[in-house]
Amino acid sequence: MSAVLPAVVKRGAIRIDDVVKVYGSGETAVPAVDHCSLSIEAGEICMIVGPSGCGKTTLLNAIAGFHSISSGRIALDGETLCDAARPLAEPGSDRIVVFQNGALFPWKTNLENVAFGPIVQGKLARAEALERARELLAGAGLSGVEDSYPGELSSGMRRRVEIVRALMNEPKVLLLDEPFRALDALTKSVMHQALLEIYYRNKVTIVFITHDLDEAVLLGDKVVVMTSRPAQVKRVIPIDIPHPRNVSLVTTKRFRELLEEARLAVHEEARKSFASGEKEG
Amino acid sequence: MIIERLRSKAGLRASISLIAFVALWELGARSKAWLGADVFSPLRALLEAGGFRPSYLPWIGSIPAPSAVASTWTTVLGQPDYWHSWYMSFMRVSGGFAAAMIIGIPFGLLLATSRTLFGIFFPVFEVLRPIPPLAWVPASIIFWPTQELSIAFVTFLGAFYTIVINVVGGAQSIDRRYFEAARSMGASRWNVFRRIILPATLPSIVVGAVVGMGITWEVVVAAEMISGGGSQAGGTAGGGLGFLIWNSYVGGSYELIVLGMISIGIAGLVSSELLRKLGAYVTPWARAR
Amino acid sequence: MAELTATVRRVERARSSSEGRAVGLFRQHLQAWFRVRRPHLALLGYGLALGAWYLAVEVWQLPRFREMPGPTVVIKEWLSPDPTYGLSIHTAEYYQHIVVSIWRVTQAFFFATVLGVPLGLLMGWSETFRQYAFPLFEVLRPIPILAWVPLAIVMFVSGESSVIFLIFLASFFATALNTMLGVESIDESFVRAARCLGASKWQVFRHVIVPGAMPFIFTGLQISVGVAWFSLVAAEMVSGQFGLGYVINTSYTMVRYPTIVIGMITLGAVGYATSALVRVAGSWLMRWRERTLNIGGPS
Repeated sequence: MSAVLPAVVKRGAIRIDDVVKVYGSGETAVPAVDHCSLSIEAGEICMIVGPSGCGKTTLLNAIAGFHSISSGRIALDGETLCDAARPLAEPGSDRIVVFQNGALFPWKTNLENVAFGPIVQGKLARAEALERARELLAGAGLSGVEDSYPGELSSGMRRRVEIVRALMNEPKVLLLDEPFRALDALTKSVMHQALLEIYYRNKVTIVFITHDLDEAVLLGDKVVVMTSRPAQVKRVIPIDIPHPRNVSLVTTKRFRELLEEARLAVHEEARKSFASGEKEG
Repeated sequence: MIIERLRSKAGLRASISLIAFVALWELGARSKAWLGADVFSPLRALLEAGGFRPSYLPWIGSIPAPSAVASTWTTVLGQPDYWHSWYMSFMRVSGGFAAAMIIGIPFGLLLATSRTLFGIFFPVFEVLRPIPPLAWVPASIIFWPTQELSIAFVTFLGAFYTIVINVVGGAQSIDRRYFEAARSMGASRWNVFRRIILPATLPSIVVGAVVGMGITWEVVVAAEMISGGGSQAGGTAGGGLGFLIWNSYVGGSYELIVLGMISIGIAGLVSSELLRKLGAYVTPWARAR
Repeated sequence: MAELTATVRRVERARSSSEGRAVGLFRQHLQAWFRVRRPHLALLGYGLALGAWYLAVEVWQLPRFREMPGPTVVIKEWLSPDPTYGLSIHTAEYYQHIVVSIWRVTQAFFFATVLGVPLGLLMGWSETFRQYAFPLFEVLRPIPILAWVPLAIVMFVSGESSVIFLIFLASFFATALNTMLGVESIDESFVRAARCLGASKWQVFRHVIVPGAMPFIFTGLQISVGVAWFSLVAAEMVSGQFGLGYVINTSYTMVRYPTIVIGMITLGAVGYATSALVRVAGSWLMRWRERTLNIGGPS
């Protein structure tokens, strides 16, 4: 069973049932995901780790609706997102992705970026949306950046603005694809704290892909270890450290035990990947 | 393999639009008074209302039809004059282009490696660059003893600017870390040049060459028309595909005009593709991605 | 960097008097500017070029160079209130030709942009449309613009239209191609992010594709202007009646050599000015780029 959640949350449960994704066909077929099954509870932080290029991103993209699946089924709160009959899910603001290299629109101000979702969906009038965006940014400790452009911010701040942009739409799920990969260790640690704070305020399910095991054990309610390509679930390690957490956890004994467990599981797969010369995914 | 490509959806669509184009062309050319036809009156009225004078619209009726062009093609292919034109244009293009590469690449590399030389010569280069190569034609004719040389000079200019700009740009955008890595491994200045600057600039040189080749064809055709035709009398040294086109116009054989245009188009395409293949061969690492 | 620090230290010492302070600061800025822009080197370059021209033509009178007009002749003619060959900054004709050429380029550029940008956007955005349109586009593009001249003369009733058509063709291809490349260059993440946030296809086009392709579009427009001037000269030389290309050509046939050079230099200047205009317009529309690139902070 997973650890204690901040509150009981009813939305955002994802079921991945026996999903297979094969690129190409016939002789040139490349299996990316091989009979992967996973259950993510509503409101939990699920960390997905595994060697580079093993297919984790493919899975995330399938949930988001950017890639189709070959067979199996992915469902959100019981509703089918995609299956063999309808292999490509429809992207929507109930599952929002935060990208590895950031995808804040460089040609819009930060405020316009954050307000983008409700405006294009017609949920709020422009003035209202901008006002609400301003509030959200202030709540996240980011007031002052509204009228500057993303290119003028540091990477860490950009990520935070991007997360606020996502949360503005009150999604059920946040899909994070190695969002902190390009940050230095100090900024990362600040971002971890920031993400936890955001999580405690907004009840969302978080699916988080990472290479960083420290990050995985620190943030996650469970750590899902994937095999090397083609991806399958190798192990699910529940993290029973109670919430609310903070970054000083990393020195506790329990943390280090869990970290070791994860490390052993991942290392084996990483060696297989390395030997077969996997390219960066 | 080509058949497969043609049968694919993309190939099919390409064929459809090309065939539609030729069909419209044929229809337009056959009906001599195309733009006077009732079918187009509303369009003309609309444009006139929008302030456009009717003379803005092309009179398709006077162009030769593709069928006429096709039938001329078979006769022309047998004539040695036609192939001589190819040869002349091709020679000019190669000559000017080769000169531009031989002078342009070292010049560009020189400017990129020495900050002082760049500071001295690049401003002059940039001041001269906006002057279109064809504007140099009269000056070139005055200066060079033969007409061939004057055409060659103008051709050279056209490609020269492009190649130098691309080389300089390419060399300047080389990541500093390559230099630092080389120097930390003990490379001499010459080695740095030979093993880092040269290979790293190669892709830009290729781009400059491909674009420059296109410009070269433009200039050659223009120069052939201007010095062979244009408002200047004389010039027996004409020849070349540009001259062919102009001559056909003057002589009233419109089908040959279109034929000439198609020929040049093919020639330009072929030379660009050859260059691109050569470029890819020379920069194998760029393909790996 | 070290020299700048040394300069600053020198400036500090000069700060004993307030006057010395102002002068010192000015000198510091001037020295920094010299280091970056190096106008002294540029001047050296211009001087060398002009000097070589002058020496070759007017002083040493080298074999081929003899026939050419030298810099002094050209400048004298250009500035003279009563020019021998009829064209100087004091004659109305000079400006007439300039205006005619500029007006032609403007019209052609306008049509090329209004038709080329949407076409490029469509070709980049819709795979289906591209499969129909691009092959035809690529078949017509390699045909040199001048090769269209006779056809243009035949097709268009008025000579003016044919000139504009030729210029239009060249610009059109450049604009459409670059616009298409611009759309293709947009990182897929932006499109995906927009779709995640609930944007419809049209909204993605409006909020992501068009702004995202802008840098390429403007590069294309600058190339388009350059190509327009190239074609203008060619077209005017062959079939024009006014304009700078016409001037250069007729000056040759009428043996008015200094005017050739005046025409060339004017062409270069006007061409540069129009290109700069487009570049400035682009910078203004893409202010976000300016601000991004100016901040040299962390990546």
